[in-house]
Amino acid sequence: MDFRRSMESKYRELLTSYLKGGSEQALYQSQKFSRNALERNIPPEEMVSLHKNLMIELFPDDFTAEMQESFDILLEVMVGYGFAYREHQNLKHIQQELRTEMEIAANVQQTLLGTEVPCVDGMDIGAISVPAKHMNGDYFHFVKDENNSVSIAIADVIGKGLPAALCMSMIKYAMDSLPENRKSPTVVLENLNRVVEQNVDLTMFITMLYGTYNTASHCFSYASAGHEPGLYYDATQDEFSELPAKGLLLGIDKKTKYREYEKEVMPGDMIILMSDGVTESRTEEGFIERETLLSLIKKYLHLSAQGVVQNVYKELEKLQDFQLRDDFTLIILRRKV
Amino acid sequence: MDNQSCVKIINEWDIVSARQLGRNVAKELGFGTVDQARITTAISELARNIFLYAGQGQICIEKMYESGKVGLRIISIDKGPGISDIRQVMEDGYSTSGGLGAGLPGVKRLMDEFMIDSNPGEGTDIQATKWLR
Repeated sequence: MDFRRSMESKYRELLTSYLKGGSEQALYQSQKFSRNALERNIPPEEMVSLHKNLMIELFPDDFTAEMQESFDILLEVMVGYGFAYREHQNLKHIQQELRTEMEIAANVQQTLLGTEVPCVDGMDIGAISVPAKHMNGDYFHFVKDENNSVSIAIADVIGKGLPAALCMSMIKYAMDSLPENRKSPTVVLENLNRVVEQNVDLTMFITMLYGTYNTASHCFSYASAGHEPGLYYDATQDEFSELPAKGLLLGIDKKTKYREYEKEVMPGDMIILMSDGVTESRTEEGFIERETLLSLIKKYLHLSAQGVVQNVYKELEKLQDFQLRDDFTLIILRRKV
Repeated sequence: MDNQSCVKIINEWDIVSARQLGRNVAKELGFGTVDQARITTAISELARNIFLYAGQGQICIEKMYESGKVGLRIISIDKGPGISDIRQVMEDGYSTSGGLGAGLPGVKRLMDEFMIDSNPGEGTDIQATKWLR
């Protein structure tokens, strides 16, 4: 109430000073006034009413009845604006609440899907996964088992945000429940394919690459369900090649069979796995060229695997003006020299 | 029921009559021009809802005297299809996105008190009150 009274006298001041001299100063003060009034949620119709009343007070003779009545029309119109203004205020509030909720959900997701990059003798592993929005529709997971092997899963739900993230939780738990001795890449994918086919609606597809790295034989065996192809870096030739992999996406046909591929990894060589958020990084000119990605990886080769993935991410983030269009996941496994 | 008068809402012109009735009562009770405009806007919204969705119904304006307070209550009653999900229509952005004007949440904010009762197939009963300060 205090503010309203002081608002009235402040407005009177502005009005009289402006009517006397028409100064820019008074107009600037009015602008500041409006900021104050907005902070106090003063709706537009009240401003119109205030203005009209002051005019009557300041010009009792000249402010004719017609002029006064004309303000009824303006007032009525401004009630409409006030209506929209209040709704906007409330929607802003709701948006804030949703944002908070999403942040909490993202934390829960981190806890549920969290995985640690394992330390393995003779290997250097790096991984990064960044969601485009709050929730991540990409997923990666490492499992180190007692018979000298490291399993890697990398998956991407077509789509992003909350629906994709919810879907990923399911994949993670389906994978956890597979029996320990049945974890060859093709078996894992065939099992998950059945789970996805049964549980996820028809519009949601998941791509996945599952591989096992044997740290004794340095053989990487893997299978892919329509996932972004991995890359192999040959250190002696300083060349990249694509890791061949064919297979249907998860969730399309429950009878899908997957094929297992093997790749022997030489000292210093790397296996690079990614989601399509990496290759489909977009600049103003369109998708980045594959060459750009490869040269970025080369640029940071002298760093640890974790250093490479982080720096490649940073550069691609910058190339895209810090706006990720899709979730971004990049994993590097390097056999130490 | 001396304190209550009603307008049947059948066509769009009846919205104007309902507004006029509301404005007269609001003036008589001593509401200022801003509140008059808010009350009539609320009446418009409720009457439009009847006209557009229920086909017909009525808007009643009631003078309220309660423990020293003076107020105006808008009562909107129709026997239309009713609302199956009241929570949804009371959500901001729901009705407006369909182009239905400011909607019920807006009416609620313009007034001091708001009550809605609706059953699918039976109709809708809304009461919105504004107190004189």
